Amino acid sequence: MPNEPHPYLFIVLLMLGAAGFALVPLALAWVWARAFSPPKPGKNKQAIYECGLESKGDAWVKFGSEYYLYAIVFLIFDVETVFLLPFAVSFSGLSAGAFVAMIVFLLLLTEGLVWAWGKGVLTWR
Amino acid sequence: MEMRPGMDEGLRSELSKQGIFTTTLEDLYNWGRKNSLWPLGFGLACCAIEMIATSMARYDLARFGAEVFRPSPRQADLMIVAGTVTKKMAPQVVRLYNQMPEPKYVIAMGACAISGGPFKQGYNVLKGIDRYIPVDVHIPGCPPRPEALLHALMTLQSKIEGQALTGKDRPRHLVAEAPAEYPVPEQGEHDLVPASNPQVWHPPSVKRQA
Repeated sequence: MPNEPHPYLFIVLLMLGAAGFALVPLALAWVWARAFSPPKPGKNKQAIYECGLESKGDAWVKFGSEYYLYAIVFLIFDVETVFLLPFAVSFSGLSAGAFVAMIVFLLLLTEGLVWAWGKGVLTWR
Repeated sequence: MEMRPGMDEGLRSELSKQGIFTTTLEDLYNWGRKNSLWPLGFGLACCAIEMIATSMARYDLARFGAEVFRPSPRQADLMIVAGTVTKKMAPQVVRLYNQMPEPKYVIAMGACAISGGPFKQGYNVLKGIDRYIPVDVHIPGCPPRPEALLHALMTLQSKIEGQALTGKDRPRHLVAEAPAEYPVPEQGEHDLVPASNPQVWHPPSVKRQA
């Protein structure tokens, strides 16, 4: 018994083989690149933007906070339609509770529309 | 082809007759490189349509391992200048070339890319991209047929196959003192400044008989 190898030795050997299978090509590529692909950095090569044009200005631009109005109007006209269609399709089979819930939802969105209208969002300037 | 140091050619052919194939590391490397050229997805004018046709099923650029058009210059090693290079566009072309990793190759495709083509007399077209970047293969034609592009690719492949990694003929990127980038021209008052890069542009001089 003492002369027999440990039963898990094969697993260790397989793991070493697997690691070598992955690492040896990487190491060879690294050695090859050291000899035959010397790094040649430059201003253009290190540039972040890679469509040929030079980047201008700062990436930290400000967005106007008034864009939230567009988000609200989008919600009213687009998301409302998404809910209105199934509502209309299954209208005759709806319970009173579901009907009331939908009406409340519609009233909330209509209130938003009235508010946006009042703020003059719908007026083209 | 010049004699390479290493293996005796006679011995090599004798061994290959017996079914034993020998190679050098350099040949193996070049064999891998020439069969996996990754072009930059980059079309400038109508030649790009022919380039796209070449990459599609009928002409099948994939046979040569060169169908992987990359959207980023960082992943490409072949630039196919397909079409008219306007003076507005030339700085971008040179900048993209600079951003490609070494070793890199250029195919100038079509009459415009090699000389300005039908727009040579125009004020706004660059008279050949080889004024700014080194071109490996020139293809004439307006536009060249896909077969012509395939032929250019095969020409480039045979060039890569014969490239020595050591010695005085080694590629530019292995020369330590060679610059990493080519200067990007800028828009001057009347023309691009400089009008050409004397490092790469060697126009033939006219010799008149006395």
